[in-house]
Amino acid sequence: MADSVAGESAVPHDTPDPSRRNFIHIAAITAAAGGVAAIAWPFIDQWNPSADTLALSSIEYDVSKVPLGQQVTVLYRKQPLFVRHRTPKEIALADAVDISTLRDPATDASRVKPGKSEWLILIGVCTHLGCTPNFDGGDLDNGRYGGWFCPCHGSVYDTSGRIRKGPAPKNLYVPDYQFTGATTIKVG
Amino acid sequence: MRKLLAQAVVALGLVLGLAAPAAAATTSAPLQHQQWSFSGPFGMYDQGQLQRGFKVYTEVCSQCHAIQYIHFHNLGDPGGPFWSPKYPNTNDNPYVKAIAANWPRQVTEINADTGDPSHRKPTSADVLVAPFPNDAASRASNGGALPPDMSLLAAAREGGPDYIYAIATGFRPTPAGIKNAPPGKYYNIAFPGDLSSYWTGDPNAVPTGGFISMPPPLTDCKVTFDDGKPCKVADEARDVAAFLQWASDPKMDQRKQIGTAVMIYLGIFSLLLYFSYRSIWRDVEH
Amino acid sequence: MSEHSHYEPQTAIERWLDARLPIVRFSKELLDFPTPKNLNYWWTFGGILAFCLGVQIVTGIVLAMHYDPSAAGAFDSVQHIMRDVNYGWLIRYIHSNGASMFFVAVYIHIFRGIYYGSYKAPRELLWLIGAAIYLTMMATAFFGYVLPWGQMSFWGAKVITSIFGAIPVIGPAIMTWLVGSFTVDAPTLNRFFSLHYLLPFVIAGLVALHIWALHVPGNNNPTGVNVKSKSDTVAFHPYYTVKDGFAVSLFVIMFAIFVFFMPEALGHVDNNIPANPLATPAHIVPEWYLLPYYAILRAIPDKLSGVIALAVAIGCLFALPWLDRSRVRSMRYRPQARIYFAFFVVACLILGYCGAHEPDDQIIPGLAAFNIGDSSINSMAWLSRIAGLYYFAWFLLINPFLGLRETPLPVPDSISTPVLSHPAAAPAGAAAAPEKKG
Repeated sequence: MADSVAGESAVPHDTPDPSRRNFIHIAAITAAAGGVAAIAWPFIDQWNPSADTLALSSIEYDVSKVPLGQQVTVLYRKQPLFVRHRTPKEIALADAVDISTLRDPATDASRVKPGKSEWLILIGVCTHLGCTPNFDGGDLDNGRYGGWFCPCHGSVYDTSGRIRKGPAPKNLYVPDYQFTGATTIKVG
Repeated sequence: MRKLLAQAVVALGLVLGLAAPAAAATTSAPLQHQQWSFSGPFGMYDQGQLQRGFKVYTEVCSQCHAIQYIHFHNLGDPGGPFWSPKYPNTNDNPYVKAIAANWPRQVTEINADTGDPSHRKPTSADVLVAPFPNDAASRASNGGALPPDMSLLAAAREGGPDYIYAIATGFRPTPAGIKNAPPGKYYNIAFPGDLSSYWTGDPNAVPTGGFISMPPPLTDCKVTFDDGKPCKVADEARDVAAFLQWASDPKMDQRKQIGTAVMIYLGIFSLLLYFSYRSIWRDVEH
Repeated sequence: MSEHSHYEPQTAIERWLDARLPIVRFSKELLDFPTPKNLNYWWTFGGILAFCLGVQIVTGIVLAMHYDPSAAGAFDSVQHIMRDVNYGWLIRYIHSNGASMFFVAVYIHIFRGIYYGSYKAPRELLWLIGAAIYLTMMATAFFGYVLPWGQMSFWGAKVITSIFGAIPVIGPAIMTWLVGSFTVDAPTLNRFFSLHYLLPFVIAGLVALHIWALHVPGNNNPTGVNVKSKSDTVAFHPYYTVKDGFAVSLFVIMFAIFVFFMPEALGHVDNNIPANPLATPAHIVPEWYLLPYYAILRAIPDKLSGVIALAVAIGCLFALPWLDRSRVRSMRYRPQARIYFAFFVVACLILGYCGAHEPDDQIIPGLAAFNIGDSSINSMAWLSRIAGLYYFAWFLLINPFLGLRETPLPVPDSISTPVLSHPAAAPAGAAAAPEKKG
């Protein structure tokens, strides 16, 4: 019994049409592969963010709630979002910078909406290793930059949220947002 | 082949036969099966009916019943009452946003600065705000009875939407032979109950049904429908039952559509495998 | 594994592997395993069961990524899976209906083993490992049903854990230890989740042993006659891989009908209500595959006796190889045994039917009848007692004595002899004496 080699009889001797018989096996295997791919997708997609998470993928906010010179931190996609109502002095300081000196060159105009440069919307996550920077108005750098300071490793951002000093490689990210009214924004 | 089919039928019968529910010790009127657009393997929800049913829920049922697993954005999901292909992201759906903004109750949160409760208008990410903050408050306002959450009501009752329709249309005047009926309750022929201890008439003719704590919620055209469809009690009941069925099974449309595709695929695949099998075994005497 | 293998490594990689970890050799031995060529479709259920185990493990692991095993969050997390997780409803329904499909297949597989005498020498250990797999499956399914923490989950757990309270003297202490609290509570759910995740891998290990134990003597076959020569067998691949594949695809058709068109038909509506320790459901029933044992448990009014009856009912399965004294292996050639077996199957179905009802429910509604003891003769209680009595009698009386007193049909000389003929037509030249087992 141990030595039965019945497997050899799998190849019949008087095969009428081997290519036709192979076709059915190829067809079955192809159909099986298609089925496996189709059933695999739900198992992959279930790791993508679920519907309740995606419901929070965009938020609306009334920026008129933020007084001049102040900042409000809102939760957006589970992370802090800075909504800053900039003073004219902060805007002037941001415009005056020669962008060729920046580590991550960007004009202040490219980081705000036209005609609404007083509103700066930033993702409040330091681009170094992810801590939340504080707005200190430049207390720690004699007002040269006037923006945010990250306490974890000392990154310094200016009044446009651009990286000026410290280990962070990129400017604070400006999320995708639109003004849906005179003072309402929709982020995401 | 036939033997295999027979085995499959036996297996199916084995499984279905054993799944028969236990007979009830209490009585209720035999459940009438209603016509539903979503019955059968190809039935789908009727969006107009879901919208009417949602209106009945909003204007009548939501005074007492929460629906804790339905978020505003679910109303705009595929298969839902306010789904529109123009707004694949339901956060943008204007009907959903309007319903959330106009909801009669606000969301209670804790103010991060003071620690006190604060209120804000719901957004599409929020649950449909419940009428009561917790079960105890709900009982206190309803004479000790707890109006059940409606998210899964159609799935948690035998007969599902048929049962909900039967309850909503099953209120009757208390029969003459009932004495010492429990106060604050209402006779309903579809609600399972045992009336024998209240019945003074012929012991072999105890009325079916029981006493439910909910007063008859619907009257003719208590809710009027924007599409002009009839609004008698039976119509309101049918529409809200369909809405509640959707609330308990919002994926049903998608499930049946995928199911149909899967059955077609499996039929073809089984056929291919069968011929492959026959081809392999052709030259073996067995 | 004890056979001389014909595998010769062809490439350098194969030689390297073969000298260090001969998995290619091992796989080829499995695929080339000489399998009787006359196996019918009842033999496809082993492959179907392996498929079911794979499906349950994959869907279960994925569900565990979204499920919250705390009493406070479990029900909500299941709703999160059903409503929010992408295709969560599909994965959940595959898992819940997959458990039922798993049991449909295992019952057919067990009944096949009984009918064809696959439990008889030299396959007793194969049978015992199979019984152990079945027992572990029941434990896994029981723990799994508790996890959604619905009304039936909670109250089913309460009823089953209270069985342990029936053990004399130490029962209550064991029960408290099992549930981890005064009654079924949050700690119970947490530990049941851990065990539910663990046991399927125990089953997988037992399945490996089961296949190993099968490969020592080789498969049984519908004639019950041993394999005598090469011409009695074919290689497992491609003959039975493709046949099993075809059987699996038909099985999946039935599976898909449940998943897509009646996903809650095999469940209980009360499990869509969150668990409430203060509100007992009108009828507490376990899942359908445990109903026969539930009926046996309730058939005897005394609690401890009912528990003992339940234990003996399962124990009978383990004892079967030694209870049956027949010298003929397959019931194909044991016409009297076939009849008793048919009644046994019917008794099991009746027990399942009784398990779904209350003991006082009438068999024929409206028919008044006299009482025997505490129950009417027209009650599920007495029906379950009669069916239960036959269940035990079949194991403990019929099996031992029938083998010695029956007259079996002549058994063919070999597998190849009765090829293409139905067993009822006794082949010419067959031995007059029945085939000795062994």
